[in-house]
Amino acid sequence: MVDIFLNYYDYFLVGARTTVLISLITVFFGFILGCLISFMKLSKNKLLHGFAGIYVTVIRGTPMLVQLYIVYLQTDFIPFPETTVLGVALDRALPCAIALSINSSAYVAEVIRSGIQAVDSGQGEAARSLGMTKKQAMLHIIMPQAIKNILPAIGNEFITMIKETSIIQYLGVGDIMYNNGIVITNTYNPLPCYYISAIIYLVLTSVLGKGINIFERRLQRSDRK
Amino acid sequence: MTENKEVLIEVKNLKKSFGSLEVLKGIDLQVEKGEVVAVIGPSGSGKSTFLRCINRLDEPDGGEIIFEGSDICGKDADINAIRQKIGMVFQQFNLFNHLSILENITIGPTMVKGEDEKSAQEKALKLLKRVGLEDKAEEYPSRLSGGQKQRIAIVRALAMDPDVMLFDEPTSALDPEMVGEVLEVMKDLADDGMTMLVVTHEMGFAQKVANRVIFMDGGYIQEEGTPDKVFGSPENPRTQDFLSKVLNTI
Repeated sequence: MVDIFLNYYDYFLVGARTTVLISLITVFFGFILGCLISFMKLSKNKLLHGFAGIYVTVIRGTPMLVQLYIVYLQTDFIPFPETTVLGVALDRALPCAIALSINSSAYVAEVIRSGIQAVDSGQGEAARSLGMTKKQAMLHIIMPQAIKNILPAIGNEFITMIKETSIIQYLGVGDIMYNNGIVITNTYNPLPCYYISAIIYLVLTSVLGKGINIFERRLQRSDRK
Repeated sequence: MTENKEVLIEVKNLKKSFGSLEVLKGIDLQVEKGEVVAVIGPSGSGKSTFLRCINRLDEPDGGEIIFEGSDICGKDADINAIRQKIGMVFQQFNLFNHLSILENITIGPTMVKGEDEKSAQEKALKLLKRVGLEDKAEEYPSRLSGGQKQRIAIVRALAMDPDVMLFDEPTSALDPEMVGEVLEVMKDLADDGMTMLVVTHEMGFAQKVANRVIFMDGGYIQEEGTPDKVFGSPENPRTQDFLSKVLNTI
């Protein structure tokens, strides 16, 4: 296993870079889209509320692999640029990023919605009783408290995404698992390759998890000065 | 109350339902400037809902609420402007947990009324001194006791210079030994001439501090009058029954 890694480590590292890159993009756009969906879900407008509900149900109720293929095939009319950035073929990576972002946004939307609803309703009432507008109460009283529930959960979503992106190998995007496949065909020795991949994923997620823990502790400290 | 009778709040035939449950079935009440009105009654009688309708935290379904001469439910009523004039104190305090005590008190005047930070802080410190908590200005709510939190909540409402204060069971969530310090602040306010509407289970407070006591049950005002009359010689059998239960414990 060690010599396979020493001979082919650049494959794995390039793959890891792609995995992290796609995960970052996914979490970023998933977060923005998720914010939109959660505000729709919290809105009193029945149409928006209904749409958000169906969106979340559909996305969470179907496998990501199916979503990936549907998005890939459904967006084939869009002329994605055929260039490569950091060794990633954009015409394949972009549909993947879109599919993963959509998937992530449904989970993020639920995280944000429950984070906001977890703030005691008395907080908003007290704000309104002082004469604050709905917007002021949301922006200055509810959101700052909800953020403390939301951010750590978004971090966990990032960790989940690192693992979930492994399915983009099926579209030929050069992530860890794709490169894992290349090394297997070169060595005819699959088991050590999978071990190496597993360790790389584990390192990525643990480092990230540690970072989130530190961040979370900071948030709590600012809460109880 | 004989000299000048300026009516501050007039409630006419107020109705409110939650789904199929009719909580308020027609409430009529006038509150004069400087009056302290205690609202008593069993749980579920609609006392809190009544209070929450007065600043439209609960939206009334029918009737009128005239505050300082204008209908607060009217089409062009600016409820956010009206709420600046109506202070509210909640059972669960509802201090803003992410803000310091000083910020809790100044956020209303600065954000809503556009007062400058400095004069708002000076006013806040003065009010804190009045309730004996000036040393807590930089603390956060999680570090305070229930009684301290409620006194801060009163100060937060007072910082808006309201014309009337609504108290929604302000001592019900407190440990017994902390009830006194909050009632003291409220009595001080009453002596100062603040118009107050107090939903309470503190019969002693209603008896000693209020000018008028209202007994609510089943969505109606069943009886009202001076504390002496309501506590001394209640006419309505429901009032008699309620008072005998709450006053003769053990």
